[in-house]
Amino acid sequence: MIAAILVMALGAVILGAALGFAAVKFRVEGDPLVEKIDAILPQTQCGQCSYPGCKPYAQAIAKGEADINQCPPGGEEGIRKLADLLGREVKELSAEHGIEKPKSVAFIDEQVCIGCTLCIQACPVDAIVGAAKQMHTIVADQCTGCELCVPPCPVNCISMEPLAEDVESWKWKYPVFTLTPASKASA
Amino acid sequence: MEVSGIHAHPGQQGICMKTLRRLFDFHGGIKPDYRKESSTGDPITVVSASTSLVIPLHQSIGGPPRPIVCAGDRVLKGQRIGDADGNVSSAVHASTSGTVTAVEMRLMPHTSGLSALCVIIEPDGRDEWMPLQPFDFRAATPTQTRDYLRDAGVVGLGGAVFPSHLKLSPGKQGKLDTLVINGAECEPFITCDDVLMRERAEGIIKGTALMREMLAAATALIGIEDNKPEAIAAMNQALQQSGIAHIEVVVVPTRYPAGGAKQLIRVLTGIEVPHGKRSTDYGVQCFNVGTAYAIHEAIDLGKPLISRIVTVAGNVGQARNFEVPFGMSMQNLADRCNPRPDTDRLIMGGPMMGVLMPAADVPVVKATNCVLVGSPKLFPPPPPEMPCIRCGECAKVCPADLQPFELYWFSRAKIFGKAQEYNLFDCIECGCCAYVCPSHIPLVDYYRFAKSEIWAREKEKTSADEARERYEFRLLREEREKQEKAAKLAAKTAAGREKAAAAIADAEKPAETPEQAAKKALISAALERARAEKASVVPENTGNLTSAQQAEISAIEARRAEIREMAKPHLPPDD
Amino acid sequence: MISYLFILLGAVLVNNVVLVRILGLCPFMGVSKKLETALGMGAATTFVLTLGCGTSYVIDTWLLIPNKLEYLRTLSFIVTIAAIVQLTELVIQKTSPMLHQVLGIYLPLITTNCAVLGIPLLNIGLTHNLVQSLLFGFGSAVGFTLALVLFAGIRERMEGADIPVHFRGTAIAMITAGLMSLAFMGFAGLDKYK
Repeated sequence: MIAAILVMALGAVILGAALGFAAVKFRVEGDPLVEKIDAILPQTQCGQCSYPGCKPYAQAIAKGEADINQCPPGGEEGIRKLADLLGREVKELSAEHGIEKPKSVAFIDEQVCIGCTLCIQACPVDAIVGAAKQMHTIVADQCTGCELCVPPCPVNCISMEPLAEDVESWKWKYPVFTLTPASKASA
Repeated sequence: MEVSGIHAHPGQQGICMKTLRRLFDFHGGIKPDYRKESSTGDPITVVSASTSLVIPLHQSIGGPPRPIVCAGDRVLKGQRIGDADGNVSSAVHASTSGTVTAVEMRLMPHTSGLSALCVIIEPDGRDEWMPLQPFDFRAATPTQTRDYLRDAGVVGLGGAVFPSHLKLSPGKQGKLDTLVINGAECEPFITCDDVLMRERAEGIIKGTALMREMLAAATALIGIEDNKPEAIAAMNQALQQSGIAHIEVVVVPTRYPAGGAKQLIRVLTGIEVPHGKRSTDYGVQCFNVGTAYAIHEAIDLGKPLISRIVTVAGNVGQARNFEVPFGMSMQNLADRCNPRPDTDRLIMGGPMMGVLMPAADVPVVKATNCVLVGSPKLFPPPPPEMPCIRCGECAKVCPADLQPFELYWFSRAKIFGKAQEYNLFDCIECGCCAYVCPSHIPLVDYYRFAKSEIWAREKEKTSADEARERYEFRLLREEREKQEKAAKLAAKTAAGREKAAAAIADAEKPAETPEQAAKKALISAALERARAEKASVVPENTGNLTSAQQAEISAIEARRAEIREMAKPHLPPDD
Repeated sequence: MISYLFILLGAVLVNNVVLVRILGLCPFMGVSKKLETALGMGAATTFVLTLGCGTSYVIDTWLLIPNKLEYLRTLSFIVTIAAIVQLTELVIQKTSPMLHQVLGIYLPLITTNCAVLGIPLLNIGLTHNLVQSLLFGFGSAVGFTLALVLFAGIRERMEGADIPVHFRGTAIAMITAGLMSLAFMGFAGLDKYK
């Protein structure tokens, strides 16, 4: 009995010491995972995920505080990539954080704009050009479509315009067509 | 495996060659029914613009040209109407004289059925050329020559419409071994290069000589498939008459797609351009015969590219070739060939690689080598798609040495990363795999789908990276502004405290005498004078700077650089 | 010498730990979705299992048997293995954080991987010496990795396949595992040709 206790105690001490040493030796600093997650996120900085930006959301995912289905601009594709990276199950987009919309850009009605600069302050990627009491306009190429400039506008002159498909951005469609049952087709 | 070209047996075809050239074989390929005879009976008919022309501004790979005319302008034939946007772009010209009636969105000759900006010209019927000025490229620098060709709108006329000026630099070594001129024209029905070589061989030879000189190429090989004996004879004759050395007409065996750039290079030189490399890395560059002719016209005659040879074939009474000004409606062209009543579609290009047009009244553009008139009888709808049985026929015929069944598997399942691992982007969409597929799978459609999805994703990724950079810079800037404000505030409060302390001290002091006050006024006046003087002496910050200012400026610049550095994304390189 | 080879070969193929002994199914189903992950899991398990077999042999021969404490085998083996797994986890977290994240819960769960406890116990049952124990442990782990990698390859491929709705996911994976197990039965008797 005493021998058994002694043996187990000895084992525990040795293993404990070894693990303690390893923990000091192999300490990890920083989290490279955050960068990888951040690289997948769409960088709209829209805050729909309930975090203040894409990076904080990435940090939250890495820590396990947030789920991977809270990013509407990233959509289904983004969730799939995150699931792939983290080895988790693919999930539906969480409805409380919004729905996936076609990519759009903000548009300022320049007749109505009063030059209050509120939207400039709201834009997370500096895609609005203008100055106090001067007309503002959107740099469409750099607009991420986050909609953060829409609510601050006092005269409601900002609208979201869905990006139209042109010859350059047109994509070949998936060549599989769903078959309709014969009875439906004849009806 | 090498095969000997027919010209290795001069007796057979009656073609006499000075040397025997060893030809090579490319992997795969098919022998479809060529059906080229019907359209080569008549000579090229030059069509002049009668109805209004719709000239799309974006007719080449690269940035869309900017319009430089507006409604109401009168334009002459050959006048530039669209300026190249940057270097990777090509100018567009009026193909006849007339009046610009509008610059507006019109339906493009593109499967999507979408519109793009076009210049609409109402011809005045006079076909009046602008003054033409040949270009002396020997007196010009290579850059000037390339700019000239860019502004002359010369693009690859084989179908890819890649701006030719970008291909006309000799690469890293400064010279090339071989210039390949592509007259293979392997796709069924199409004969535009064939008739061009028959009728305008001299121009092609001249253009080839020009390109050979520009590229400092040792030899130029004009590859022509052996099913075009008339074209071969015409080219050889023109070559002998011109007396130009270092150009050779080489007959290659007929097999689809021998006219693919990589395939023809392989056949003529034995060089297989590997994945991710350019042919110029191996001392070879390839141009179409039509492009050679266009370069001859642009340099020797000063004519920009405003028309091309177009084959009209398929479901028509009389198939033939036309020289068509760009912007003419395909319907107009097809109507000249008595289309049969059951015609239901127009295809731009051939039956293998062509794309279906969304409507009949789309304009002829630089990429239009053929208007193929289709009917349900000529091109019956494909039988239903069956599952892939992995028979491997597609891999046997793939001229790019790919595994089409694997590409299909991954494209269909939308596993794009894997499709790329199997080198999806080396696919030239020649259609051989779909042609031989016993399950009638539209393989090329899957590859096109996967390619455009991958491109869209890459675009999204770049814009996301850009947005991240801008966002991080903004955060940094806000932080800096906050600090600066805090510092300013701190300085202000410190100054205020000092002032207050001074005021208290003043109040404690006895009231100053008038004498003291006068002295003080004198001193302050002097100070004011000195300050004014100093201000007038300070040089303008644009002019001669003192070393102190220089140092200050460079310090500011350094700070800016530092901020830029900090704003850059701190991502490790993707492995 | 030849008997050592047979121990190794037998452990890898004939008595494959997953497909024949049906041990360690949890990570076999859990981390076989991607080839890279499967390889990482295989490497981690190989490390743990080989080391575990060595240490458990040492503990058993020089600590437990002399003190007549055989009844402490399971307990002491588990404690040792747990420590080794912890060590492995620390090392992986340091060297390959991606793998650490991807392996996730399955990494600490190597502790409870029945193969990892089963093989040292089998070693004692088969009265292997130290070298034999190490070889047997290593061979079994290689067998585990082999099965895992093959399975992951099949599953990656199946991602693009048109599987009937009711069979999608784990169902088809189970069927595949069963078929693989049947295939591995073909190796039975390979070690009889001595």
